[in-house]
Amino acid sequence: MRLSYPADVKIIQLPCTGRVDILHLLNAFEDGADGVYVAGCLEGECHYISGNLKARRKVEYVQRILKEIGIEPERMQMYNLSSAQGARFAEIATEMAETIKELGPTPIQKGNAA
Amino acid sequence: MIVADRKSLDEIMAMVEDNKKILIVGCKGCVTVCNVGGLKEVEILASTMKIARKKAGKEIEIDTSVLERQCDKEYVEQISETVGDYDAVISMACGVGPQFLSEMYKDQSFFPALNTTFFGGATSHGVWEERCAGCGSCAIHNFGGLCPIARCAKSLLHGPCGGSSSGVCEINKDTECIWDSIVTKKMEQGKIEDLLGVKEPKSWKTSRDGGPRRSIREELVQGNI
Amino acid sequence: MSELKSGSNLEKVLAAGHFAFTGECGPPKGANVEHLKEKLSHLVGHVDAVNMTDNQTAVVRMSSVAGSVLMLEQGLEPNFQMVCRDRNRLAMMSDILGAYAMGIRNMLCLSGDHQTFGNHPDAKNVHDIDSMQLIAMVKKMRDQGKFLNGEDIDVPPKMFIGAAANPFADPYEYRVYRLANKIKAGADFIQTQCIFNMEKFRDFMKKTVDMGLHEKCYILAGVTPMKNAGMANFMSKFVPGMDIPVDLIKRIKGVDKKDQAEEGIKIALEQIEEFKEMEGVAGVHLMAIEWEHRVPEIAERANVLPRPVV
Repeated sequence: MRLSYPADVKIIQLPCTGRVDILHLLNAFEDGADGVYVAGCLEGECHYISGNLKARRKVEYVQRILKEIGIEPERMQMYNLSSAQGARFAEIATEMAETIKELGPTPIQKGNAA
Repeated sequence: MIVADRKSLDEIMAMVEDNKKILIVGCKGCVTVCNVGGLKEVEILASTMKIARKKAGKEIEIDTSVLERQCDKEYVEQISETVGDYDAVISMACGVGPQFLSEMYKDQSFFPALNTTFFGGATSHGVWEERCAGCGSCAIHNFGGLCPIARCAKSLLHGPCGGSSSGVCEINKDTECIWDSIVTKKMEQGKIEDLLGVKEPKSWKTSRDGGPRRSIREELVQGNI
Repeated sequence: MSELKSGSNLEKVLAAGHFAFTGECGPPKGANVEHLKEKLSHLVGHVDAVNMTDNQTAVVRMSSVAGSVLMLEQGLEPNFQMVCRDRNRLAMMSDILGAYAMGIRNMLCLSGDHQTFGNHPDAKNVHDIDSMQLIAMVKKMRDQGKFLNGEDIDVPPKMFIGAAANPFADPYEYRVYRLANKIKAGADFIQTQCIFNMEKFRDFMKKTVDMGLHEKCYILAGVTPMKNAGMANFMSKFVPGMDIPVDLIKRIKGVDKKDQAEEGIKIALEQIEEFKEMEGVAGVHLMAIEWEHRVPEIAERANVLPRPVV
């Protein structure tokens, strides 16, 4: 399966989405990411029981923070898929990239301020 | 413990609108336990404020520090060397923190990021409830171990009032009628007579009404024992 | 209950064994004396005393002391209401002295609706003492001639002391004990919350009589005529401590809209008839909310006129 997905997605690998911290997500926005999404295992299939469920709560929390700042919460997303779903992975990447293109660039430009 | 809520981002941003270099100081005491002013919350606020400032195209530099407690001078002293480097300092402690800071560092401006709400505890994960009003003369043993001063909307000593319905207070459906619980407990114990009779009007002298309070332990004033 | 405690008309009527009939009137939301007088004019000669409410439902109105004094000027006897929400013990005692000095002889001691219901929800509430302690305080002022702190009062206020009881609030089993406690604290008469659930009230009165409370205190049953089905619905849903049986709402809904007021009055009249015969009930407190002009008709049809002159 030589599937292609948008080149502007930068992947950060983690053993489990449970390791994702709210600050990781916020820091990405702080540093100028146009969007961030977390791709966890299917719900109910976490190797560590609830890592992906915790990740979803963190994602929702960051969405609330973005809203408070006045940034579209859609720039932060959570997806669930299994490691066997390569096609779905490419589909999500494309979907997210399109969402972001519609929203336009982040209002947080790296060079905006100090 | 002392429970607090974080102020809205807008309110915090407005307080330090004109400041470029900011220190956010957290506290490892009560506000860490109630997840509102500890290390994690300090870092989240710092990051959130940076994003918000960048969005507005305005400069900001934020440092963070979390003190063991902001209600003890020995810990408040720990930022003495750096506190002067900032345009403003935001405290994420209860209302005591920014005051201890203000009293020690008279030339610096301190802003509260939290609204201190009550003395209480967590009744379930993420939910805190008031238990004590700090009236200075505890009498919960007279009420089945439940405090009507803190937990009845009218602080009645002879409740429940006519607004009690199915265990719920008249003010809203999410507030339990503590007098319903007090009475039910006493009835179950067959001790209803404990509630009858008229209690003397409460002395509020030991409460806030008597003026700002102070607690002195003579044996400690003289030194450690 | 032989010697008169206050000498108020209400006390005399009750002491003489008459079936008492009291009314209620809210002071104006402003200083509109004419409007108040107009409302009160309907009550003259039709009731033994009129409750002057004290910022009821936590909505700011003319003070109940002032309203009571205006009532006196009109030849009506006030039942001056006082809530614990808005005054501390100093203000309470001073208002009681002031009220007495102006000729007020009855007062009703209440906790007061919480301010979140009213038009100043941001207000600080007081609740320095509660209604039970207020009753005891008024009694102490009257019988011992002393302030709460034990100091002597130079001419003590002799009030006929009233209190409220809501048989429909929870926990139900405790309600009669709380009533007993109010009587023990010093209540001379009780005015109940509006009664709609007659079955429950019958049971409550049975318990009250079993405990002999009716012999220690005059109990006036609260009656509110419904103006229409909408009011019944509203009270059922939004007024704290109201118990309005579904059948009652159905009965009002069951008649033409233009006849609903008449149906409401009919229900009230049926209730009053039953209260006249009910053991332990010494009278009726008619709360005709913003319906003062219908009181003469209700009193007439309830056969409680003319009011006794004692």
